[in-house]
Amino acid sequence: MRSGSLSIWFFIGVSLLVNGALICGAGVYEWIYPPLDRVVLFNLHAPVWWGGVLFILGLIYCFYFSPTRERGGVAGAKNEWKSEG
Amino acid sequence: MIPALLLLHAPTLVHLSAVDMVIIVLYFVLVLTIGFYLKGQAKTGEDFFMAGREMTAWIAGLSFLSANLGSLELMGWAGSAYQYGILAAHWYWIGAIPAMLFLALVMMPFYYISKTHSVPGYLKLRFGEPSRALSSISFAFMTVLMSGINMYSMALVLKVILGWNINFSILVSSITVAAYVALGGLRSAIFNEVLQFILIWAGALLIPILGLIEAGGFSGLKARIAVNASAEYTHLWSTLGHFSENPMGINWVGIVFGLGAVISMGYWTTDFLVVQRVLAAKDIRAAKMAPIIGAGFKMLVPFIVVLPGLLALAVLPFKLVGQDVAGSAGHSYNEVLPLMLARYCGPGLLGLGITALIAGFMSGMAGNVSAFTTVWTYDIYRALIKKNEDDRHYVRMGRWSTLAGVIISIVTAYFVMQFASIMDYVQAVFSFFMAPLFGTVILGMLWRRATPAGGFWGLLSGTLTSIGMWSWVKADPTALRYVALSPHAKAMAQDMFQALWSCSVCVIVTVLVSLVTKPKPDAELIGVVYGLTKIPQEEQVSLFRRPVFWAVVVGLAFVVVNIIFW
Repeated sequence: MRSGSLSIWFFIGVSLLVNGALICGAGVYEWIYPPLDRVVLFNLHAPVWWGGVLFILGLIYCFYFSPTRERGGVAGAKNEWKSEG
Repeated sequence: MIPALLLLHAPTLVHLSAVDMVIIVLYFVLVLTIGFYLKGQAKTGEDFFMAGREMTAWIAGLSFLSANLGSLELMGWAGSAYQYGILAAHWYWIGAIPAMLFLALVMMPFYYISKTHSVPGYLKLRFGEPSRALSSISFAFMTVLMSGINMYSMALVLKVILGWNINFSILVSSITVAAYVALGGLRSAIFNEVLQFILIWAGALLIPILGLIEAGGFSGLKARIAVNASAEYTHLWSTLGHFSENPMGINWVGIVFGLGAVISMGYWTTDFLVVQRVLAAKDIRAAKMAPIIGAGFKMLVPFIVVLPGLLALAVLPFKLVGQDVAGSAGHSYNEVLPLMLARYCGPGLLGLGITALIAGFMSGMAGNVSAFTTVWTYDIYRALIKKNEDDRHYVRMGRWSTLAGVIISIVTAYFVMQFASIMDYVQAVFSFFMAPLFGTVILGMLWRRATPAGGFWGLLSGTLTSIGMWSWVKADPTALRYVALSPHAKAMAQDMFQALWSCSVCVIVTVLVSLVTKPKPDAELIGVVYGLTKIPQEEQVSLFRRPVFWAVVVGLAFVVVNIIFW
């Protein structure tokens, strides 16, 4: 990808962010309204913390590889992950 | 290998909620968005077929691994881990890591310096047109067939797990793959593979974490497996002294030489499906680092594939059975991953897990299609049909051949639906070419005396040896004792020893024919043969950025994991 264009890591950040929010939200809902048919280890509330981890990772990626930040050259110079044109 | 066929009558394994569906739809939207976004960056042949040769080591490395990380592989090897225990991890460790490091340090410089577009293209430079024609036509043909099998298998698995209509699954997945590969070329395929790689880990990693908590850690896992199956299931090497001492019916010779030295070397260093990703690297250091990064992550894949299979042995309250006896009454080995997914994952997590499976299928399919497109356009169409056209003509042909590749895949998928047994034959045929191709390429790179005639006849005789042995055992199953040199050998041993024999025949024939035929002059071998090629010096970088340093680190980690699970 050429300088100034979106990095693949930004797309990945968006994906993790939205998926994380959806999973965490579904986990919180299940915590408040527990279903009758529960998965094994339901008491650990995995969707809440796993969704939270994905959300935070997505947030970091979206921020670090955001188009405005890249255009400003802040991340671009250090961007080992992104292909150069 | 795609034994889900007999599961057609099984009840649906999981039920998706609205949030799961949103996650799956979001994945398709994102994949297509990336394809459309990259359309404008695929104007020249270099852009479309080689992603502009501007990928960083990380992107090329993750894509290199992701193209191999198909869902059939994930589900199949999780099932094998349930069936054979930790021996399945050999296909990720000795069956991958040494070959990936060898590709990085020894072979990649030659592929990269020769500026070839493909592995058949390298054979043309080294051995001439007949070897390229043999290799490219067989590869192109088999690749679209494999893509069709992938497509059908995905549709079948989605039907079994979710109850989705097979036609709907084939249509949606094929249109999506055709769209993003035809629009953005290899760059789009590679970027989507990186996204798919991340999603596979995000969707599958929770299973071993929760499984280990339930089993009481690794020691609890071993104790439960010792009770439910046998203590042998958790040993990697100590049971390989003899064919009869392990559940796989194989010995260490088959694993070390058949799998480690021939099959994995053949696959990871000459299968253009994976090598194409590394050829897109931006410079020689990135091209060498990419397989090393891939090797580092490959070593971790058993955590999301083999471990769930072992955990299923420990925690599932019922026994899984082979495909031949699985039906409406029970679950088969190959359902391990979906069963474990359904065991621990509720709404949301289930959607992400299913997305991981779909992503795995699509990365495998796109890998096949993009490799087919390049080999068809450069090594068949341009070499044999229409030479000397301008660059735009070949890019147009690339786009059309992407669509043609997908259409042939769809036809194959429906053909397989009618004649299911053809799948086993196609997969067997694909393996026929791999082991001898490695013998030909490695001799060509390292031995300047190898001649074009030697290369061609070696490749042909090795392939015929494979076909002959496979047919022999097919016609008379007791012949396996001669192929694998033991009356206790089982089916898995056949593949290993068959590859070992065919590679040996290829090397012997290549050497003998080369010694009695005229070699190419040295001037024509510069850039393609070791000893005649000046390997360019890498830029002066710190120790931590040198490929050799990281290869040593990955190599040491490889030794350590093998000792830990000995």
